[in-house]
Amino acid sequence: MAAVGESGSAQDAEQAGLVLRAIAVRFGGLTALDDVSMHVGPGSVVGVIGPNGAGKTTLFNVVCGFVRPHAGRMAWDGAPLRTRPHRLARLGIARTLQGVGLFDGLSVLENVMVGATVSARTGFGAALFAAPRVDRDERDLRRAAMECLSGLGVADAAGRRPDSLPYALRKRVALARALVSRPRLLLLDEPAGGLGGADIDELATLIRSLPSRPGGGCAVMLVEHHMDLVTRVCDHVVVLDFGRVIASGTPEQIRDDPAVIDAYLGTTVEPAHE
Amino acid sequence: MTGWLHSCRRTSVPTLARHLIGVAVAAVALLGLTYVLDPFHDYQLATAAAYLCAAAGLTVLIGQNGQLSLGHGALMAVGAYTLAMVQNQFGDHGVIAQWTVVVSLAAGVVTATLAGTVIGLAAARLRGPYLAGLTLVVAIALPAVTTVFSGVFHGDQGMSVFLPPVPDQLGVDFPMERWQAWLAVAAALLTLLALANLVRGRFGRSMRAIRDNEVAASVAGIPVARVQVVAFVVSAACAGLGGGMFAVLAQSVSPDAFTLTLSLNLLLAVVVGGSGSLAGAVWGSLLLVLLRYWADQLTGGLALSAGLRTRLAGNLPLAVFGLLLIVVMMAAPGGVQGLLSRAGRWVGGRLIRRPSHRAEVPAPDAEPPAPVVSHS
Repeated sequence: MAAVGESGSAQDAEQAGLVLRAIAVRFGGLTALDDVSMHVGPGSVVGVIGPNGAGKTTLFNVVCGFVRPHAGRMAWDGAPLRTRPHRLARLGIARTLQGVGLFDGLSVLENVMVGATVSARTGFGAALFAAPRVDRDERDLRRAAMECLSGLGVADAAGRRPDSLPYALRKRVALARALVSRPRLLLLDEPAGGLGGADIDELATLIRSLPSRPGGGCAVMLVEHHMDLVTRVCDHVVVLDFGRVIASGTPEQIRDDPAVIDAYLGTTVEPAHE
Repeated sequence: MTGWLHSCRRTSVPTLARHLIGVAVAAVALLGLTYVLDPFHDYQLATAAAYLCAAAGLTVLIGQNGQLSLGHGALMAVGAYTLAMVQNQFGDHGVIAQWTVVVSLAAGVVTATLAGTVIGLAAARLRGPYLAGLTLVVAIALPAVTTVFSGVFHGDQGMSVFLPPVPDQLGVDFPMERWQAWLAVAAALLTLLALANLVRGRFGRSMRAIRDNEVAASVAGIPVARVQVVAFVVSAACAGLGGGMFAVLAQSVSPDAFTLTLSLNLLLAVVVGGSGSLAGAVWGSLLLVLLRYWADQLTGGLALSAGLRTRLAGNLPLAVFGLLLIVVMMAAPGGVQGLLSRAGRWVGGRLIRRPSHRAEVPAPDAEPPAPVVSHS
């Protein structure tokens, strides 16, 4: 890991939210991410777009700790972020997976209860003896999960298996599982993938409502192919191509950026990697 | 009975109370049963209960957490040999009391737990066939340890296990087999109680979440590796208890009681009963004992030469079990318990639908038993 410069850490500490500085990831000889910097402030909605293989999901995996960056540093609310994936939820960062990534052997309610796990207080010993506080814990988790499902309009499906639901509902359950822990940052990996027009409209409304969510706003960082959704919900857009940031700005600025048009329409092939 | 349990769940009877009632009812029923059965069948009941200790732990590991172990027979050996050695120490020092059995069973659970921790730490890094391979090596290699250190474990002969006699209070002509059945049933019920508690709550949910999708589980905040190790250790502890009970029943331990066949038998009990289901482990363990018995009856009833009879007696149960396994995998992947709960749902659905047209919502905790080797 690169040494943290004095001035750099001081600068990061001033910035709340998620800060990425000069992140680089290589898989063997392939450069997946190169010098990527960005900032997701509290209450903002930041989109990461780019053609297939641009490094968008890798970027998420770096933030989540699935992939270790070869260079660069990350900070979350002023503190260096270098964590194992399962600790992330405790820090207030939740994530959805590409597709749905639900637990098909669990009911919808149980799926969401898994997302609420971080708020559970009882441990293994108490569970072994079925101590009364385990029952209380379970009731609290159940209630939180039910509330979250109702909020997203899928409470009716609570007792069903995810694979018996239509795709759009499954995506919503996956969202509920991420939101039930009341995160302060939500990472959405292609939330509109596989959805139709009406569902995307609802999704856009939901995402826009997250920063001003009652009981603590939630910033959003989303990876998406669906340009329409991105321009509708994002305050700020970062465009990746061949692992590098080729443009960054408001959705309007991005739309008119020649480099972006190049990358998407492929008028010229960029010699980005040696 | 299950329907009654389900209605209790809705009326917020504490989990512990519900499970304790279940255990108490089973204990009373089985206690009565031991008086009805003759000593031979009491001994069979005890054997099934000893199998059940190990099979229940294994079904949780395989069916709920998706870790396939072929080595739990070896962990049973660890428990059995520990019990034998501790129990013989008591005997050598002239300590003859019933509590010694509890202490040495506990010692067996502890050593099996330690062995399970070592294997489990390795297991958490391995998936599917690789994990099966590792545990297979353990199952094959561990019995050989007894020959290598024959000074301690007495090699192939094994050793006899000193047991305190049946308590005097039970009367002079109280059969040893009935006393053994009591011990084994107590061990099995204790195992089932602890596992039912674990599986019901957050830990069970975490295990099943990992089985279904490891990445999603870790993103949701579940420490995947830790839960996997704990699940393995729990099942190892159960195997240790089951192994200790084996030694108490046979009053001896030897390596040929803990071969790979035992590990495979446990796996068969899990799959045939219904992987992931504790009730399924009960059916599987009973079948393990009954099939062997029926096979013996069958070969005994036929007019066969002595040589053929011994060959059949050893192998017929295995062949039948193998056949049964194939049939179960094809016809009823949920095993016996899967069939039973499907039948129960069908009957329940008919009863409920008559008074009101309620939507068919399965109970939130009706586990569909997972196939054995699906998640790798």
